[in-house]
Order: sequence, then structure tokens, then C-alpha cells
Amino acid sequence: MSDTKTATGGTLLTPFNMVAGLILLVGSVITVLRFTGGLGAVSNLSDYNPWGLWIGFDLLVGVALAAGGFVTSAACYIFGLKRYHSAVRPAILTAFLGYALVVFALHYDVGRPWRLPYPFIVQPGTTSLLFEVGACVALYLTVLFIEYTPAALEWLGLKRARSIVVKLTLLLTIFGVVLSTLHQSSLGALYLIAPSKLHPLWYSGYLPVYFFISAIIAGLSMVIFEGSLAHKHFHDKMDETHLAEADGVTLGFGKAAAFVLFGYFVIKVIGLAVDNNWHYLTTGWGVWYLFEIVGFVLLPCYLYAIGARDKNVKLIRRTSGLAVLGIVLNRLNISLIAFNYHLPSSERYVPHWMEIGITLFVVTIGVLVYRFIVTHMPILYEHPDFKEDH
Amino acid sequence: MEGQIVTLQDFMYSTKSITYLVIVAALILFPIFWRFLTSRDE
Amino acid sequence: MAITRRKFLGWMGAAGVGVTVGKTAQAASNKHFTGHPDSMGVLHDIARCVGCRSCEAACNTVNQLPPPEASFKDLTVLDRKRRTTPPEYTVVNRYDATSAGSKQIYRKNQCNHCLEPACASACFVKAFTKSAEGAVIYDETVCVGCRYCMVACPFEIPTYEYDKALTPRVTKCTMCHPLVQEGKLPGCVEACPTEALSFGKRDDLLKIARERIRKDPDNYIDHIYGEQEMGGTSWLYISNVPFKELGMREDLGITPAPALTAGALGAVPIVVGLWPVLLTGIYAISQRKDKVAEEEQALAVAAAQQATQEKAAAELKKTLEMKEKEKETAINMAVKKALDEAAKAQEEAAQAEEAAQAQEAAAPAGEAAPEAQDDKDQKQTEEDS
Repeated sequence: MSDTKTATGGTLLTPFNMVAGLILLVGSVITVLRFTGGLGAVSNLSDYNPWGLWIGFDLLVGVALAAGGFVTSAACYIFGLKRYHSAVRPAILTAFLGYALVVFALHYDVGRPWRLPYPFIVQPGTTSLLFEVGACVALYLTVLFIEYTPAALEWLGLKRARSIVVKLTLLLTIFGVVLSTLHQSSLGALYLIAPSKLHPLWYSGYLPVYFFISAIIAGLSMVIFEGSLAHKHFHDKMDETHLAEADGVTLGFGKAAAFVLFGYFVIKVIGLAVDNNWHYLTTGWGVWYLFEIVGFVLLPCYLYAIGARDKNVKLIRRTSGLAVLGIVLNRLNISLIAFNYHLPSSERYVPHWMEIGITLFVVTIGVLVYRFIVTHMPILYEHPDFKEDH
Repeated sequence: MEGQIVTLQDFMYSTKSITYLVIVAALILFPIFWRFLTSRDE
Repeated sequence: MAITRRKFLGWMGAAGVGVTVGKTAQAASNKHFTGHPDSMGVLHDIARCVGCRSCEAACNTVNQLPPPEASFKDLTVLDRKRRTTPPEYTVVNRYDATSAGSKQIYRKNQCNHCLEPACASACFVKAFTKSAEGAVIYDETVCVGCRYCMVACPFEIPTYEYDKALTPRVTKCTMCHPLVQEGKLPGCVEACPTEALSFGKRDDLLKIARERIRKDPDNYIDHIYGEQEMGGTSWLYISNVPFKELGMREDLGITPAPALTAGALGAVPIVVGLWPVLLTGIYAISQRKDKVAEEEQALAVAAAQQATQEKAAAELKKTLEMKEKEKETAINMAVKKALDEAAKAQEEAAQAEEAAQAQEAAAPAGEAAPEAQDDKDQKQTEEDS
């Protein structure tokens, strides 16, 4: 990553590009294997473990970390916090890429990907939460695409089309928040139907609420985290407004994340109380649960708070990494680690290296497309022709 | 008895299908009504 | 083409039309649904099972499944625990029942055909349907292969053809639905040599099961597995050892699967109904606040401007007034001066005339002069005193 600047400048044979190229090459080979040999050839999925890394990480984590789009645009356009305006475009871009990659990765996981539209055009299974997730993700991907287009249209110089899209901003933002609320929570609700398979410490009637609130934390943290990465590698692409507002965004979002994390901790404890799950805390699973709650909810909550109080931008940026890790851990706990906890270890799922390969492949595509877009389109700076109106 | 809903699953399928139609209608009507509500504001 | 008809039905389903026209929900949502009346089921009397695997063989034949690796006569496969797989819709396992002195007990495992199937509730293309006859049927022509049904199934029954690249299916026991529709017995029931399996109306099977438990209470556990589990299943089990020792979960509860997700599904339309109101409200408030702040600022600016202007005007006025006054004074002074000068000139002229007259009358009127002199003296004395 540190060679991005030189990479955009001239030589293509940077270490980053070589690693990325290798991942793309291996990923392409696995892709061929997947669509010729079936899921069995490239994955450790089984009849006991129908959902693996591609759902646990690519779908659940991917969608949660892409929540920055709706969080930032809601803060700016609905709550009227205009000082975050420069953070909206990068967040929308990340969200759009995130969702696009989630849908892309799903094509590997489902058996007959060309049938993915079937629930909407052939036979809707309206009692399924997956139907709800699918409908919302499909619609939200469209919304994000439209929200992102002004940047592309400015790049292409299509002023007329751009002004039409810009007029729709508020409508799209509200629609986006509604859709995000629905599918972020429904991803958690997917597991409501399997109380016998998910460990009681993670299974709760509040799962949809937990997923929605933690998605807000993920969104806030991801904007900070991605912002600090972008500052490192695309500093030359940022305009004065972006640079001037960046610290304010970090401090404001860090403060918000601290408080939301506190609320999240409270509702997690309420969940324990409501289901009377206290006694599990002394078991091995309880220790693992406490590790998640203390290390990845309370600790980032505290560190964010200190960072916000001391106006310590550096601390908040580092904490955002911890919070993002916490979201990853939570989603993997629910989908893989605490799921099927009742099975003997011989039947438990451990991802195949080729599953990890495809996940890396997907993430690498995301990074490369992000790099292309921020180096070519007005994301981190405002297009000189369109400076006045927003 | 043919033609009657006898399982919770079928009942939910029926009611949720209608609910989704209501949702779509609501999403279309919201912005229209908002425009109607505010069109005379200065 | 089948797909066209399905597509049409799909649209109708999406429009809620097919459902509402085809079937009518007569009651409110709190109605207790009792399932298809007179639906069929199978009673598995675990106490009678001898683990001969005849049911497995029959299932393989009836469903035209690929031949097994080891012959169905080979009972050594019972040494390990097996689960359902794509070519094995049903499997028999052997358990060492610890409570019965490590007695060897056999149990047949297959889809339990729930009254309220979790797979059907979970499927987002409605590939599973609970038939009126009792079977839960899978439609491979719409299946996307998401495997959510396998996540949802509390009995871990559905299996997936992981080795198929382009046409993987979910497979599971069909309760031999085509045979049942013809009025025949399911393959496994037909093949069972010990009558460990009985096919019939579920209501009748429940009575039979209760009767067997009543007649032999020392042998049977007083519980019919499947009567209540997960809202009830079409397959029912009675056993002479606790079900837990036979790998059957007793912690599943009696909540039917669709009820588990009803709350979350119910929240969806409420969010759609209220979020736009809430969010637009917040937007309107923040806009209003901005506008008020803007107006207040404008007002403050205007007020400040006015104050400055007024001050300036006042000062101007003052200056003008002062100038006016000065001018007036100047004029007055000029006028006074002019008047004075005029008066002086007049006086001088008068004096000059007087002098001339005096000179003229000096000789003829000499008496007048001392008179004037007297007046002058008199005035002087008056002033002194």
C-alpha cells in the first residue's frame, strides 16, 4: 500500500502490485475450480456447516463494514451536520464497493448464481428473512450506485445528468437509511430461526437490534479507519476542505462511536438479563463472550471516549481499527464460531485455504477499484467545476 | 376445507406477501405526500 | 413452458393475489393453526427397530438413488454415526443406551416433515411446501442453492450436492410423496420387517403411540417425540430409552419455526412506515434550525446595520444642525453688523447734518448752544450719582 503513489506515477512492478497480482491470479484459478468442480472442490462446507467464511466474512462483515455510507450521509444530509460533507463521498464510495463485492462474492457461494433474481421475479419467499435481506441489498446497491454517480458524472463532465441526481440526494439518503436499517438488522434476524444451533450467549431475540446498532458502530469506525488509511496513501488527492474537515470528522465520529458502543454494551447486558444467561459466563464460552464484550466493546468505547475528550485524533484512529476488528469477531462468532457449538469438533467448520483465497481475491479487487476511483474521480476533493453547489 | 389456510407458515406467507405490497406502496406514497404537504411553502 | 406458468404464479404470489384468491385466512393472526387435517405421518417405534437397514435399501430403490459404497446388507457401517447425505435420504444409526445398561438401540433418521417446516419458512424462493398429505416437498427448479434451509433445520436433515458445479440440489426425504398420492406406502415403511414403522393419519398414529405406551409403561418412555417438538412433526417416535441417548435433541422447544422469525418480520413494515416520518422530521427540524439561525443572523446583521445607519444619520443631522446654527448665527451677525453699520451711518449722517445746521445757525441762534450745553452737564451729573 505504501507504494501507491509511485504505482500511480509510473512503474507497475511495486511490491503491492505484485502481491495484488498474485492474489488475482490465484483467485482466478480458484474461480475456475469453483465453477467446474463445485463448492466441494474449493471449500470445507458440509451438510452440518452450510455457511462458511463466504457468508460469515464476505456477507456479514462486508455489509456491516459498508454501513459507513448510510451513517455518514444521514449525519450530513438528514441531521444537518454539514461539517461532515467532505466525508460523505469517500463513505458512499466505500459502501458502494462493499455492497457490490458482497453481491459478487455471493455468486461463488450460492449453488446457481444466475438464479439470484428468482426470489423477486419467479417466486418470492416472503416468510424468509433472507428474502428481506436480498430485496434490501439489491435496492440499496442501486441507491448507492445512484448516490455515487455524481462523482463519475463530474469526471465524465456530464453536468445535466449530475444536477438531476444531486436533486435526489435527500430522497436517496432517507431511502438508504430505511433499507440499511432493514437489512442490517435482518442479517442478525437470519439466525433467529436456529435457536438450537447458536450458543445462547449469542442467540437472542434482540439479534436484529444488536446487528443494527453494531452496524452503526462499524460504519462510524470504518469511516475513521478508512480516512486514516486514505490520508496515508492518497494525501495528494485531498483538497483543502477535505484536509481541514478531516480531524473534525475523526473527532466527531469517534465521540459518536464511543456513545453508541456504550449503548450497545447496555443492550448486550440487557440481553443477558432477559434470557437469564448469566450462568454461561463462567463456562469456556462465557470467557470467549467476555473477551468479545470487554476487549472489543468496552475497550474501544473507553479509548474512543478518551480520544474524544483529549481531542486525540491519533488515538481515535487507532481505536477505530480495534472497533472494526470487534465487528469482524462478532460476526464470525455468530456465523461460525458459536454457531454449531453443539457439534463434536470433528464436525466443526474450519475454512479451506481456497475459501480464504477467494475472500482475499474479493478484498483485493475492492482495494484496486477504490484506488482507481480515488485517483481518477473527484472523491477526496471537489471538482473545480462543481465547487459551489452542494 | 380445501382453500383455507391451516398452517402458520401459509398464513404468514399470505400476510407477508400483502405486507410487502403495502410497503412498496408506502415507499412510493411518502415522497408524493411530502411534496403535497410542502409545495406551498415559500 | 412450466417456468412461464410459475413465473405468472410467482408474480401473482408477489401481488398477494394467488394466495388470497386460492386460500382464505379466515381468522385473525392470533389464531391457532392446527395443520392440514387428516394429513399422513409415520410412527417410528424405536423399541422395535433391529437395525437391518432394509428401509435404507428400499429408500435407495424407490427414489432411484445412486448405488451405495457398501451393500445395505453390510451392518458394519453401523459402527460409526452417519447422517443424511445426498444419496442417502435416510440412515439407521446404532446407539449404546447408557441408562439401559449399554443396550444397543437402533434409530432411523430422515426428514421429520414438520407441521410448520423451518426450511419452508427460511426459503426465499418458496422452494419448500408442506403438502396436504403431510410431506414437505422440495422444488429444485427454483432453488438458488443458498442453503439457508440447512441452517434453519433443527434436525440437520437437508443435504446439499457440494460436488455438482452448476446444478447442485438440496436433497431430503420426500415421505415418498408420489407413492402416497397413489395410495401406496412409503418405501421404508413397506420394507420394514418388524413393524417399527407405521404409516397412517397422524392423529391415528398419535392414538396408537399413546396406546402402546399405556399398555407397556415399564418399557416405553412416556413421551411421543414429534408430537410437540418444533410445533410438531409428521414423523413421530416412541422409545424404550431416553431420546437424548439416541442423538435426538430434547431442547428444541415447541415453538414452530415460523413463530421464531415472526417478530423480526413484523418489525420490517413498521420500520418502513415510521422511519421516513422520523427521518424527514429530523431533516425538517435541522433545516428549520438552520433557517432560523440564518434568519436570526440576518436579523442581527440588519439590526446592527440599522443601528450604525441611525447613528450616522443622527450625527449627520447633528452636524447639519450645527452648520445651520452657525450659518444662522453668521447671518444674524452679518445682519446685525449691517444694521449697526447702517445705524452708525445714519447717526453719522445725522450728526453731520446737525453740525452743518449748527454751523448755519451759529450766528443767528447763539442761545441754543448754551441750552445744549446744559443738557450735557445734567446728563453727566445723573450718571455720576
